[in-house]
Amino acid sequence: MLSAILSLGGIGLVAATALGIAAKKFAVEIDPRELAIQDVLPGANCGACGYPGCSGFAKGVAAGKASPTLCTPGGSETLEGIAAALGIEVDAFEPQVALVTCQGDNQRASIKYRYLGLDDCNAAQKIADGPKVCPNGCLGLGSCERACPFDAIEMTSENLAIISREKCTGCEKCVAVCPRQVIEMVPLKATTHVLCNSHDKGALIRGYCQIGCIGCHICNKTVPGAYIIENFLARPNFEQLEDAEAAVEKCPTKCIRDFSSGYPEGSSFAPSRDSAA
Amino acid sequence: MTLKTFAGGLHPPDSKHYTEEKAIERCPLPDELIIPAAQHIGAPAEICVVVGDQVKKGQPIATAKGFVSVPIHASTSGEVIAVEPRPHPMGRPLPAVVIKPDGEDQWDESLQGNDPGQLDAAELKNLICNAGIVGMGGATFPAHVKLSPPEGKNIDTLILNGVECEPFLTADHRMMLEESERIIDGVKILRKILGLETAIIGIEVNKPNAIEKLTAECAPHNIQVQALKVQYPQGAEKQLIDACTGRQVPSGGLPMDCGVVVQNVGTCAAISDAIRLGHPLVERVATVTGPGIIEPKNLLVAIGTPLQHLLDQCVGIDGEPAKIIMGGPMMGQTQLSLDVPAIRGTSGLLVFREEDLPRKNAGPCIRCGRCIGVCPIHLQPTTIAAYARLDRVDDAENYNALDCIECGCCTYICPATLPLVQSIRHIKGGIMAKRRNS
Repeated sequence: MLSAILSLGGIGLVAATALGIAAKKFAVEIDPRELAIQDVLPGANCGACGYPGCSGFAKGVAAGKASPTLCTPGGSETLEGIAAALGIEVDAFEPQVALVTCQGDNQRASIKYRYLGLDDCNAAQKIADGPKVCPNGCLGLGSCERACPFDAIEMTSENLAIISREKCTGCEKCVAVCPRQVIEMVPLKATTHVLCNSHDKGALIRGYCQIGCIGCHICNKTVPGAYIIENFLARPNFEQLEDAEAAVEKCPTKCIRDFSSGYPEGSSFAPSRDSAA
Repeated sequence: MTLKTFAGGLHPPDSKHYTEEKAIERCPLPDELIIPAAQHIGAPAEICVVVGDQVKKGQPIATAKGFVSVPIHASTSGEVIAVEPRPHPMGRPLPAVVIKPDGEDQWDESLQGNDPGQLDAAELKNLICNAGIVGMGGATFPAHVKLSPPEGKNIDTLILNGVECEPFLTADHRMMLEESERIIDGVKILRKILGLETAIIGIEVNKPNAIEKLTAECAPHNIQVQALKVQYPQGAEKQLIDACTGRQVPSGGLPMDCGVVVQNVGTCAAISDAIRLGHPLVERVATVTGPGIIEPKNLLVAIGTPLQHLLDQCVGIDGEPAKIIMGGPMMGQTQLSLDVPAIRGTSGLLVFREEDLPRKNAGPCIRCGRCIGVCPIHLQPTTIAAYARLDRVDDAENYNALDCIECGCCTYICPATLPLVQSIRHIKGGIMAKRRNS
């Protein structure tokens, strides 16, 4: 009995000493700031920062290799949290959302050919540059919808991608997957947008689509300075957002949309945050 | 006796009855010829004429750019009225020379014929390259490149492709019946270049008259005619080599890796013209057919003739065209309009009406395995297509997606009408992009 207690106790003592020494000798040093940063990150592991997951990003930031601003999904809250953990000052965060700059759905856009192939915009784009006549419009096969880690993109029944301003975190995965560069990053505070992506002249646009920007300058004449027109395509001037929505009614092709009064037709997204604002 | 063939493949209804009895007719010149600079695999030729130039038939209008490239020639005499992007069979406007024919159809006087007996292999290859000869079966690979194996590759067999396994097409069949002398002459020139004594012409048994005629005419020239079982895609190089010789081209390899050169019978006839007459490749035979075509025909077409003009020669179509295919129905390219011109690879023009086309939406894969059974490369099309949908490039590469010859057997046989070939082609692009980046 006694010998059993002594021998087991002895083995336990030796093992505990060995483990104790090993724990000291092989200890992994973790930067406490890294843990603090990890705590404030969203934990979605979306990869928007370019690092493999949130812990990789936290490590990068703590080591000074990554900019704290790279976590777009986290927004200003996360940025402030990281700044507090690092003990630094950061500029105010300008949240951005992705926007599909096209309204050319099945009803409105002209079709070059009937596409019956793989449901993938990049595959369709390889066949005679896509089934739509417009070379820049949304192909509507949902590659961005599948790429979105936040379920923020929906396809309407008429095959147009629409991005929720509430759910979008600005990770830009959709921007990367779209073969037609029709998704643009815009400041969240801007609610009025020109939903067209074609730089061609008006005569061509009318052949492409019922609802394309023809570069007529009426928006800029209605609200001087609120729009920038380059190569026959208007874009909101994000430096001057006041009264931009006044041009919505004046636009002859109806390609300017005020998102505070709702999403394009066919969308199930409710304009909650915008209308509350 | 069992006929030679390869493993896999299938036999779609060949529908060759529309045109197989029709002799080749010369298609009159259209009001304008649209001759694109990109008509072959490899670098597009560089246009060397300007608007207002008077050109003669056979005069170069674009020069070869690099080794895997050939010059392009004027298909008739006339005036260059435009050099601009025009609709191209690839589906987008590409640079082209537009010629207004002067009606004289006069050959360039500087073109001289040669006696192939007086020339050595290098001179012959040079003439073939300068004449713009490309594979006439539809792939349009420059012929001189195939005839120039790198050091260490020993060529011991020449195979002539008279298979024409695509349904509907009968252009090569008619060539073999009507132009057998030119074909045999071309074979002799090819043999001289490659230093071979023999050659094999592979023909499927659905062309018995061509087999009979060529067997009789080839016998004195030491050319063997090999009758083959009717099986698509036997006209694909690798399958034809397997059928005729039992050799397998290694994965990722070329026919020259197993000592074989394959040329189409139409290419042989063009090579004969290029050497004996000095005439470059400015015309070809194309089958214009389809269930709704009023008078289907085999036409001798000047390169650059708009498809609408070819259709007009066949008295048009009984109904509205719904699908236009350049080439055969299995591997041909669907065209956006009839404004595109016939090019060097245009072996046929197929026009279908709405009622001729099957319309069935793709459903889920039922894992029946038929695509695996028919794949002539012995791949697993449904697995690769699944990886393509998921963008799993590495997995698709491990399943040898790059070996796919895009013959269309899997898509044809699929009871769920899945776009298998398109999926595989899509992921092949992904694999190539990955290799370029790494």
